[in-house]
Amino acid sequence: MSEQNECLTYSFDVDGENFTSAGEASVQVKRILRRIGFDPETIKRVSIAMYEGEINMVIHAGGGVAELFVYEDKIVMKLTDHGPGIADVSLAMQEGFSTAPDNIRSLGFGAGMGLPNMKRYTDDMVIDTKLGEGTTITMTVNV
Amino acid sequence: MSEYKHSVSLDLEKCKGCTHCLRRCPTEAIRIRDGHAVIDPARCIDCGECIRLCPHKAKKAIYDKFSSLPKDKYLIALPAPTFYGQFENLDDIDYLLQGLLDLGFDDVFEVACAAELVTDYTRKFLHSGKAVYPVISSACPVVVRLVTLRFPTLVPHLLPIQPPVELAGRLARQKAKAKNPSLKDEDIVTVFISPCPAKVSYVKNSTDGGKSSIDYVVSISDMYFELLNVMKNKVTPVPYSKTGMVGIGWAISGGESSSLMNDHYLAADGIENVIKVLEDIDTEQHPNLDFVELNACSGGCVGGVLTMENPYICRVRLRNIRRYLPVSQNHASEGDELPDYVKLDFDSEYEAVSKLGTSRRHAIKLMADIQNVFSTLPELDCGSCGSPTCRAFAEDVVKGKADYGECIAVMREKLRGKTNGENNDGK
Repeated sequence: MSEQNECLTYSFDVDGENFTSAGEASVQVKRILRRIGFDPETIKRVSIAMYEGEINMVIHAGGGVAELFVYEDKIVMKLTDHGPGIADVSLAMQEGFSTAPDNIRSLGFGAGMGLPNMKRYTDDMVIDTKLGEGTTITMTVNV
Repeated sequence: MSEYKHSVSLDLEKCKGCTHCLRRCPTEAIRIRDGHAVIDPARCIDCGECIRLCPHKAKKAIYDKFSSLPKDKYLIALPAPTFYGQFENLDDIDYLLQGLLDLGFDDVFEVACAAELVTDYTRKFLHSGKAVYPVISSACPVVVRLVTLRFPTLVPHLLPIQPPVELAGRLARQKAKAKNPSLKDEDIVTVFISPCPAKVSYVKNSTDGGKSSIDYVVSISDMYFELLNVMKNKVTPVPYSKTGMVGIGWAISGGESSSLMNDHYLAADGIENVIKVLEDIDTEQHPNLDFVELNACSGGCVGGVLTMENPYICRVRLRNIRRYLPVSQNHASEGDELPDYVKLDFDSEYEAVSKLGTSRRHAIKLMADIQNVFSTLPELDCGSCGSPTCRAFAEDVVKGKADYGECIAVMREKLRGKTNGENNDGK
């Protein structure tokens, strides 16, 4: 933990094998932010973005790592996976576009709103992806 | 916010400082210090779990004794519907009500009657367009306190209608004054016969603001024995019960919500289940729900710690008692607006007790410190240090409320280092 810039760091393993536990990091993040005393709107934005990112990692990449960096004036989420990568980022960013399999869709996921929602609820989102190697998405919510 | 008055107390003589209550307290309000339990009043929600659990009977509920009631006043008994389920072979509530008169009460008003009114008003409220869904029942005082302390964002969901006991107190007073116009307010004393200590806290704390209509709270278990004696006499009853199936159903988990004639409800009981449900509602992981009924005690009020009978047997008895009763005998006034005396406001300015630090910067610093301490702990949650979990201990250490050296694992490491050091010196 780096004390110099007063950043609080958490890391969550997102289990790709277990779909039923998807979304748990988002709940933990919510609790942490609440204890620190962020306003409900900020907490809602962060937890939705985190949730969507987590679900994406489970559906498409076999899991990964979700990191949370809490600063006094901003919250940064970094989601790293070693999945197939995103072939066409601008296509993936379109609402309604999805490559999720049918069994996932039958659970109510895969509506093609994940990435668009992550962008909508955060102030900044950077997608770093390489086919066959994986994807890292960094999202920032300013307070 | 003035200091909250509790109804759970500790007998220092009997407390051995074991960890039963420490580890099971749902709000982590207990610590073991100097060999005995200490309850943090800011966190305690009066759920009574520690009273139930303590193997040494060191935890006690505080309530009024029947013998201490002012007999010269106009005493009105307010029996909770749970009371009816305590007696074997009671098939007519009227005998019980008569028994209360024989004991010296001047009048009886059934809380179940007020509960039926609350049901009617709740139904209206759900249709009023003002409800924040899901609406959470405010009848259980433990749940109300839990929500305000730990789930402040859910406060707007709490049903803004007086709990049955409070309404019963008000209606009983009105009824007494109508019957005896010479009675003044100060002559009337209302006595609630309660299944749980949380209702005692509820009354103690609201009387502070001069708000509660209840003057005394006695326990079902004490009144059970008092009543057994007089009911043997089989006096032909004069009063007659005015409650229906709905009112009696309130004693049992699911009774309040099933009477709303609305299928979109959830009913959970037992404090740990209640917390799980609130966490799910808080993180918006709930199906379409209109109403959520939560009871801190297993089975509902029948599971209260001040009752005599096993809650499941009590439930069977209540089912028998209500079998041939009308559905409901008490109905809300016409019109869509809630009368003022039924309305309830919640203090929405509560700050979560769990919030850390004075500022965001301070909180981030504290969280980081807690994490640092926590990372060195064994995660055994053994309770030997006096805190309920390693995480709670880390927080206690950072807040200066516990000494890091109290951790057994840390102590062992130190000891090992010391003996190794001595060995080295010897060489």
